[in-house]
Amino acid sequence: MTDIDPRPSVIEERLRRVKRIIAVTGWKGGIGKSVTASTLALLLAKRGCRTGLFDLDFAGASDHLILGAKGLFPKEEKGLEPPVHEGVKFMSVVFFSENKAVPLRGANVSDAIIELLAITQWGELDYLVLDMPPGINDAALDVMRFARKAEVLAVTTPSVLAHDVLARSMELYRKLNVPVLGVIENMSDGASAPGAAAVIKKDPGLEAALGRPAALLKTAFAKGLARALPALGL
Amino acid sequence: MHEWALAESVIKSAVEHASAEKLKKLKEAGVVFGELQAIDGEIFSFALEELRKQFPGAASCKFKIIKQPAAFRCKACSHEFPLKGLKKTKDEAEFIHFVPEMAHTFLKCPKCKSPDFEIARGRGVSISYIKGEK
Repeated sequence: MTDIDPRPSVIEERLRRVKRIIAVTGWKGGIGKSVTASTLALLLAKRGCRTGLFDLDFAGASDHLILGAKGLFPKEEKGLEPPVHEGVKFMSVVFFSENKAVPLRGANVSDAIIELLAITQWGELDYLVLDMPPGINDAALDVMRFARKAEVLAVTTPSVLAHDVLARSMELYRKLNVPVLGVIENMSDGASAPGAAAVIKKDPGLEAALGRPAALLKTAFAKGLARALPALGL
Repeated sequence: MHEWALAESVIKSAVEHASAEKLKKLKEAGVVFGELQAIDGEIFSFALEELRKQFPGAASCKFKIIKQPAAFRCKACSHEFPLKGLKKTKDEAEFIHFVPEMAHTFLKCPKCKSPDFEIARGRGVSISYIKGEK
């Protein structure tokens, strides 16, 4: 018999008490995927929902910077319990990398994601927000394979390039039978955005609020995202 | 006690595979401990004993621990090297214990210093075989 990887067998159990999993996806860099995922987690927690945030973008992990999460580490208790920051249970590869580069090939990223999915004890959550690896690669496909409840929230920008890549990716999600909550067009200049469930205007004040959750929630970006949630079923 | 989560995956997976292979009784499972992850065997075995109560299918299963040395192959210069001799701090060893892929952040090829190497053997926990009565 060849080696059996035992870890996938417990992933479903680890996510069993999570009511909804929202996979925030973007297919191009710099379009605001991580800021959207982090702000969404803050908004849901502020609403009183039990919320988790899992930064799965290993190569560009940045949710900890957006949330100003410093000096945190999971607690060892029959696995790893994510630390709570600003009311959000937060898990990220940065806890284990000392904020150094994580130079992983695709298969290694998958392996690390499976390891963390198998050992992280989320407990009871209303929402688990996943900041997905960018694009459709083996790591992203693995997340969809294991987090079967996941619903996709796609982020794009007005760029024709972002739209084109997004269209192809949405087609793939349809083939994989993954529910799509909708598309947010971020950094909009105000023009109409066919196909987008919500449009969030470019916010020049956003950069200055990164790292300060209270300030982040007061930005036009966060207010725009909060307004968009009902149309996205959130 | 992070070992508990992995022990649970081993016992659950062994029971599921025994069922898939239509084994009436699961008698033995080979559990590989890759050197890189540095699993605490005592904690792991304690967790397995506790977990037996939740998994009746593994009530009388003997879990045989097999220690596997880690071996790496550099993608940049093809050099093959073991874990022994690679420098890491206590914290770095702990991070690799939780997520073995962190080896690529903290370890490097002793010959060319590249972090782009393959973990050829001895990464973490796996099941090498199960035995039982049909």
